[in-house]
Amino acid sequence: MADDRPDKEQSSRPRKGVIDVLKAIDRRIIFLLITLGVVLPLIFHLVFSVRTSPIVQAIFDKMESLPPGSKVLVSFDYAPSTVPENQPMAEAICRHALAKDFKVYMMAVWATGPPQVDALVTNVIERDFPGKVYGKDWINLGYKAGNQGLINAILLDLKGMYTTDVHGDPIDGFEMMRDVQNLADMSLIVCIGSGFPGVREWVQFAGDPGRIPVAGGVTAVEAPLLYPYYPRQLLGLMGGLQGAAEYESALVLKYPQYKEHAEQAVRLMGPQTVAHLVIIAFVIIGNIAYFGERSRQKRAKKA
Amino acid sequence: MFFKVQIPLIITFIVGAALVIAMFVPHFPFYEANENFSIYFDLIAVFAFILGGGNLLKIHGDRIWRKGRDWKYSIVTVVGFLAMLIVGTLKIGGPPGFTGDVSASDSWFGFMYYSMFVPLQSTMFSLLAFFVASASYRAFRAKTKEATMLLVAAFIILIGRTPLGHYVTGWLPPQLQFLHIPNLSNWILSVPSMAGQRAIMIGIALGIISTSLKLILGIERSYLGGESK
Amino acid sequence: MPPCREDSDSHASLARFSVPFSAILFLKFARLIRFIPALAVTLGLVIACSFPCVCPAAEPAATPDEAHPVVVPMPAAAPTEIRAADTPDDNGESITVSWVLSADDVPATGTVTGYAIMRCATPDGAYEQVSTAPAQAQEYLDTSVDQGVQYYYKVGAMCGDLVSLSAVVGPVAARQQWLDTRVINLLVIALILIGAIMWYVFQAGKGKKLFIRRIAGIEAVDEAVGRATEMGKPILFIPGIQDMDNVQTVAGLTILASVGKLAAQYETKLDVPVSRSLVMSTARETLKQAYLSVGRPDLYSDDMAYYVTDEQFGYVAAVDGIMVREKPATCFYMGAFFAESLILAETGNSVGAIQIAGTAMPTQLPFFVAACDYTLIGEELFAASAYLSKDAKMIGSLKGQDVGKGIAMFFILLGSIVATVASVSGNSSAAAFSDWLSNLFRLNF
Repeated sequence: MADDRPDKEQSSRPRKGVIDVLKAIDRRIIFLLITLGVVLPLIFHLVFSVRTSPIVQAIFDKMESLPPGSKVLVSFDYAPSTVPENQPMAEAICRHALAKDFKVYMMAVWATGPPQVDALVTNVIERDFPGKVYGKDWINLGYKAGNQGLINAILLDLKGMYTTDVHGDPIDGFEMMRDVQNLADMSLIVCIGSGFPGVREWVQFAGDPGRIPVAGGVTAVEAPLLYPYYPRQLLGLMGGLQGAAEYESALVLKYPQYKEHAEQAVRLMGPQTVAHLVIIAFVIIGNIAYFGERSRQKRAKKA
Repeated sequence: MFFKVQIPLIITFIVGAALVIAMFVPHFPFYEANENFSIYFDLIAVFAFILGGGNLLKIHGDRIWRKGRDWKYSIVTVVGFLAMLIVGTLKIGGPPGFTGDVSASDSWFGFMYYSMFVPLQSTMFSLLAFFVASASYRAFRAKTKEATMLLVAAFIILIGRTPLGHYVTGWLPPQLQFLHIPNLSNWILSVPSMAGQRAIMIGIALGIISTSLKLILGIERSYLGGESK
Repeated sequence: MPPCREDSDSHASLARFSVPFSAILFLKFARLIRFIPALAVTLGLVIACSFPCVCPAAEPAATPDEAHPVVVPMPAAAPTEIRAADTPDDNGESITVSWVLSADDVPATGTVTGYAIMRCATPDGAYEQVSTAPAQAQEYLDTSVDQGVQYYYKVGAMCGDLVSLSAVVGPVAARQQWLDTRVINLLVIALILIGAIMWYVFQAGKGKKLFIRRIAGIEAVDEAVGRATEMGKPILFIPGIQDMDNVQTVAGLTILASVGKLAAQYETKLDVPVSRSLVMSTARETLKQAYLSVGRPDLYSDDMAYYVTDEQFGYVAAVDGIMVREKPATCFYMGAFFAESLILAETGNSVGAIQIAGTAMPTQLPFFVAACDYTLIGEELFAASAYLSKDAKMIGSLKGQDVGKGIAMFFILLGSIVATVASVSGNSSAAAFSDWLSNLFRLNF
């Protein structure tokens, strides 16, 4: 007669339950789902409407309050690694400034800043403002070493540090530099940064001592460190992709003619939202596994 | 031993003390010392590039020569290093050649920077997105009350930093706007999180003062290869 | 072109025309109406047309024609009470020129377009314009001066191309100061802290026992090195990605000395890839001395500490590759890190290494706490060298830090209570005290 009892070897090996599966999900599955969470919204153009928070609206309102011809300094203090977060901020600010007919002075305290300026010139100025004249409406002063020392120096004497623009042409030959002596001549300083030196150094060495309004745009990780400066020393702050999307939203609401090119960050909020939901889902799964394991151990102890 | 340890300690003391005094005394020679020593350090660091580059070539060259472990990766390293160095130094391709701008748009260096370096850098940075997910899955467990609070705060901020935050709690009446997720998220970041960060920063600042004092006074000297005194 | 006061020529011609007109009017109306009203109307017309008027800024400029000749602008009133003094608390780089606004510097009119700052080395010489200040400005910092050289200044109110100069002020010379009075509060705090640290170092040197709490991450160093020895796998030590001018890197290297001694004693392979050349040199010296101190110089090799690249993500890619290929049993991350912290920690976790991290970068601490087995938070990184060396003087310095923390906690508590009382009660004394406390710790650069 055949022995129909279950094989002893098989019964001694514990079967993998749901909890065991949930508590040891292969990290590659997590990576795959994150990939899908980012790629699918991009493919299917999942876009959410973004509302502007007060801390970002403050920058927008300040820009709106300035009269045409105002001088705005934009400092590009970030590397290619943070371009997805910082470049949309820089482009939104410059697009707004040029739409309002401000004089835009671009510079960098990071050596990796100038290529981002070049990218902005291509994406914003040549595309949306082909009539703007270099040296009259906008100028690229380039990068200078010195970190906060440079900021300190140009607060008092900008032309002493920048004797030429990024192309090596004498600075006094440009119409928009003739009535600029130092940072105090600027109506607003906007620093787009992702580390040191960055927004904090601009506040400490230019905004505070020179009593010049300073606004900032930083990566999401840096943003919490700058909240103490808002609103007295920092008039507004764009934090991460969300901050960039909020500014773009406000810009496009007021200037719908730029909608086509000015919503990079808004379009990326879809993937960010889905990715955050995937992370939340995995955290919940991990906790279900944890509590399941704990109750299993309690049952085993009682037994 | 005197030259190896004592002389560097004397130099450390003099320079350290001078730079601390320069913070409070804007008079010659302290002000000038403050400005000049940072430049001196930058100069030394630049010359040290030669040291580092030489070491890189030596280690990987040796590995290639001996066909040591993973020597094929060393070939990639050496080729990449030499290619960027030669192209950048000679300013190949860009106008007007050797005296031109190293990062001119039609230079080889510019091409390698924009089409190789920038995508590679962005790729490495994007790993963070994946690793945040796997680290969160592994680490965020509601094991204790504090861990549970951390978990709830993490959820609020994850949702609050996306447009979803407005959709989820946008219907709340004005009297309950403090419970609106973006508002809660901003509050968490700017109040309790900031309080904790400030406390850590105060401790860090005190630690830096103490360590710097030990270095200046020569109490801490293990970095010189000497025992601490 | 800003509107300026008009001259009286045009009004004089109108006044001449108004007299015969008024007479005709009087004759016409005298028969129809009473004498007195007619006289009043006539007189009113003559008076209105005879007086010159000041044109308000809101009215647009009239187009020139024969009846309305071109307006000739007049200069604005000069600024008064000019003062020039050496800028305090600097190293003799500048002179501060201040003045009282021109009487015509009214924002509504826009008469004054700015102020010209004129300077000369002698009171009667040729003054050159060094700069301009915008309208409504009352101060200018002249940084183009030479130290010790005496200068004389005039300030002119600009109205278009016209400049109304003030009286001369001077001589004034820029001089260096011996004390920057803006940071006296910082000096006092620094002296208190230095005094406290030196006191406890002195006390510890005399043999006094000082209690310090346990730090789990530091106590795990022995265990971590032992694990690597048992598994026969290497130890990976990352001293951060900053250079030797960062105190965190120095702190990381002091911990490397202790780890090096343990590795030498247990004969465990130690790998130290670094991101800066100067750090490589220092790490080599540190390790050489560490191996020598435990009597194992034969195990030391210069190739233990090697340079990878200065570039942040290139470095982390290389280290990740080392981790995945070499599969170290223990990873130490001690120093300054930025965005690469989580990449390193997660890769280390994936290869099954025990990880001990320590950094004073507040933004990276959460990543290390989430991904590593032990994390030294902030000042614990700086305390680690004292713990591991067990040197009495080093431990004494930790106690000195606690004095600083005590002072900080006291003032935070005091300030919070006072500010809350001032805010809730509206008491002016409490508000004044709160402001005083706030200013006590303010740095006025």
